[in-house]
Amino acid sequence: MLMPKPDEAVLAKRGEIIAALREIVPGEGVIAEEDEMRVYESDGLSAYRQMPMIVVLPETTEQVAEILRYCHAEEVKVVPRGAGTSLSGGALPLADAVLLGLGKFNRILDVDFENRAVVTQPGVTNLGITHAVQDQGFYYAPDPSSQIACSIGGNIAENSGGVHCLKYGLTTNNVLGIEFVTIEGEVIRIGGKHLDAEGYDLLGLMTGSEGLLGVVTEVTVRILRKPATARALLVGFASSEAAGTCVAEIIGAGVIPGGMEMMDNPAINAAEDFVGTGYPRDAAALLIVELDGPEVEVDYLIGRVREIAEANGATSLRVSESEDERNAFWAGRKSAFPAVGRISPDYMCMDGTIPRKMLPEILRRMSSLSEKHGLRVANVFHAGDGNLHPLILFDANQPGELETAEAFGGDILKACVELGGVLTGEHGVGIEKRDLMGEMFTEVDLDQQQRVKCAFDAKGLLNPGKVFPKLHRCAELGRMVVHQGKMPFPDIPRF
Amino acid sequence: MASTFQPTDDSQVLDAVTWALAEVAPLEIVGRGSKRGLGRNFQADHSLDLSGLSGINFYEPEELILSAKPATPMAEIEAALAERGQMLAFEPMDMRPILGMGAGEGSIGGVFACNLSGPRRVKSGAARDHLLGFNAVSGRAEAFKSGGRVVKNVTGYDLSKLITGSHGTLAVMTELTFKVLPAPEKTYTVLVSGLDGAAATRAMAAAMNSAHEVAGAAFLPAALAGRSDVSYVQGAGSSITALRLEGFGPSVEQRCRELREELAEFGALEELHSHNSIRFWTEIRDATCLTAPADRLIWRLSVPPTAGHQVLATLSESLGAKGFLDWSGGLVWLSLPPSGDAAHEPVRASIAPHGGHATLVRASADTRASVPVFQPQPAPLAALSARVKDSFDPKRILNPGRMVAGS
Repeated sequence: MLMPKPDEAVLAKRGEIIAALREIVPGEGVIAEEDEMRVYESDGLSAYRQMPMIVVLPETTEQVAEILRYCHAEEVKVVPRGAGTSLSGGALPLADAVLLGLGKFNRILDVDFENRAVVTQPGVTNLGITHAVQDQGFYYAPDPSSQIACSIGGNIAENSGGVHCLKYGLTTNNVLGIEFVTIEGEVIRIGGKHLDAEGYDLLGLMTGSEGLLGVVTEVTVRILRKPATARALLVGFASSEAAGTCVAEIIGAGVIPGGMEMMDNPAINAAEDFVGTGYPRDAAALLIVELDGPEVEVDYLIGRVREIAEANGATSLRVSESEDERNAFWAGRKSAFPAVGRISPDYMCMDGTIPRKMLPEILRRMSSLSEKHGLRVANVFHAGDGNLHPLILFDANQPGELETAEAFGGDILKACVELGGVLTGEHGVGIEKRDLMGEMFTEVDLDQQQRVKCAFDAKGLLNPGKVFPKLHRCAELGRMVVHQGKMPFPDIPRF
Repeated sequence: MASTFQPTDDSQVLDAVTWALAEVAPLEIVGRGSKRGLGRNFQADHSLDLSGLSGINFYEPEELILSAKPATPMAEIEAALAERGQMLAFEPMDMRPILGMGAGEGSIGGVFACNLSGPRRVKSGAARDHLLGFNAVSGRAEAFKSGGRVVKNVTGYDLSKLITGSHGTLAVMTELTFKVLPAPEKTYTVLVSGLDGAAATRAMAAAMNSAHEVAGAAFLPAALAGRSDVSYVQGAGSSITALRLEGFGPSVEQRCRELREELAEFGALEELHSHNSIRFWTEIRDATCLTAPADRLIWRLSVPPTAGHQVLATLSESLGAKGFLDWSGGLVWLSLPPSGDAAHEPVRASIAPHGGHATLVRASADTRASVPVFQPQPAPLAALSARVKDSFDPKRILNPGRMVAGS
């Protein structure tokens, strides 16, 4: 993965930059020793590592603004970092950049049940928000699997999803407002406890912008009352086609489950070996369908889903009769990654999305790709929304296997795009999928996105080298070729 | 000479914008024209009438998506959805009644361009939460696309959010793909009568904070309740606080019973069922109780839910406002006596302590040319928004001045 060439002029004045940052953030907030910076050299995508130039850990919005003003004036690049759990390299440092960590922004500022909102600093964990409101029966809905560690600021940057987003939406659907600092050091607030920000929806734009547009320093999220009850079905099928059809028919019947997960046979067996909660080992595909809401509704919908599953030839079917049993259904799914980790020295987790109806087709393609590349793959899906997490099994100690796995992963994502889907459903582009962007977008599409970036960061200092395969100067992007002359559309009806 | 261009396909839209760019000739972008009176009154040399770009491209009920051309009539989309028991969950309002437009009907492009969302906003999100992807021609005369046809997608910037609510000032949409959802089998509404704004807000908060999945919470003062076509509401002779429950039959009935028990302490209770319930929420969605008299100004304010009743009380007293609350108190619809400046200063001052924004929805063309129709922004945010506009439309040829004077 090629990163922008470090700026020698910036590296040459490293000492000066450290001194300036220490003026802004006194004490231990500036880290410049190699040993102490080591912990920041990668994020959740640990195959890629890079030591930052300097790490700075501010504690106030004003400090963030001063740091960014300084870096903007001195033309120093900045990589923002939340908890560092990105699976796409979004927080990977650059050799000539200041790594701006938001870990000290760890306080919840306001819990407002009447307006169903929580105002928090960005370094608070996703689960920390739920912990702050659960004694009153509330929760924060998006639940990425890293929720115990990932920060809400990072969730904004990545527009994180989770198992429940089919029914409750992604981060973007659950954020009411943010305060952020531009690279020029301007503090901007959008939204709040009211709905829908005025003017252009910069809140929606910032969410999922992967740290390229601004640094979020405060977040207001919507909280929800916990559903009265939840029950799950565990259904085995003899083919992935039958499972795929079942998923489509459940949705077609007007049922939106709280979660609907699918695993293929290798994933079923890996999970069963690991936790042994009674998954059907011979099933080609396993569905976990969770229904949540008022008790009477859940009981009613369990019946409907059961009918649909049986009509599609379910080979095994269990309905949870207790919380313990429901949790047992999920135990295998939730441990799928470590379970696969036991059967292979290394694995690579991919994250494409396809239209639901293409599930059987993408599985067929994956198995032929698996033969082509000579590597095994196990599959877990958020079947309800077509979000795939193929786990490619490989051994990094075997020369060339990492590269083969990367090529296999790239082929899977290209297939997703070909089938009408997208490169990434919830993990972000980062550096991992950066060079595949051309599979989905034309140069014109990407140039327009980069022009939006220029509106926020004309010097291209915030998190460069991520998301976009080619870096353009803003002046170059702003140029226009205007076709002068006669009206070029004699065919358009005019009156 | 002013012209109206009527392209019939994407490439003709591109041709028209290419020409307008070369001539620096601003275009007014029109779908079906039903919301032409919304936004600042601005001057454009020419019109780009998209009515030739109409029709559903594809509709896949099992995938919960529909893709359509921008000027597809809402009626056509709603009919297609109804046939398969689905709906647009954000419940877009029909602006014709309050804008006094007889001719034309709303288009799907207009709905997204204005980010119009109705009472179900509190449960199911806004229009902006439902647009999955689009194709468009920017003010640089470049055809581009963003997003896709799947819900789970974080590939690149989410320009679907940005284009929604941009009132045609960034790009001309030529195709929109959006999420649809199953329509509820049953709709019940629990009514509490006789509450004042503060008590109604507490009742709505109690209902929204319950586990009953309330899909609409509105408050009509007595004078406006009397204007309803739903006989029970019209004859109530007091204020009405309404809570909507939707879903599968047995579930709705059970939740309705439980919600009534929980709200019993607030006042006398009544229920509306299917037909009346649907009619009531259509009235709330379209703010029909404020339609007449036609010369009164109409404002739409979004504030924190607990603040709405205070704003309504303040402005009723000081300006003679009439109004009601939706979104559990967070959306304030106001009708004010006519005035040249639309009382924009006192209206905006009333929300300042709480946070939020105020949009002037109905006023004369002169007023909409001289008064900020949309909430003025602090300087750094306004400058950033202007740079975003420039990144799509540097020569300001697409609906210039529709949202902000001079941009």
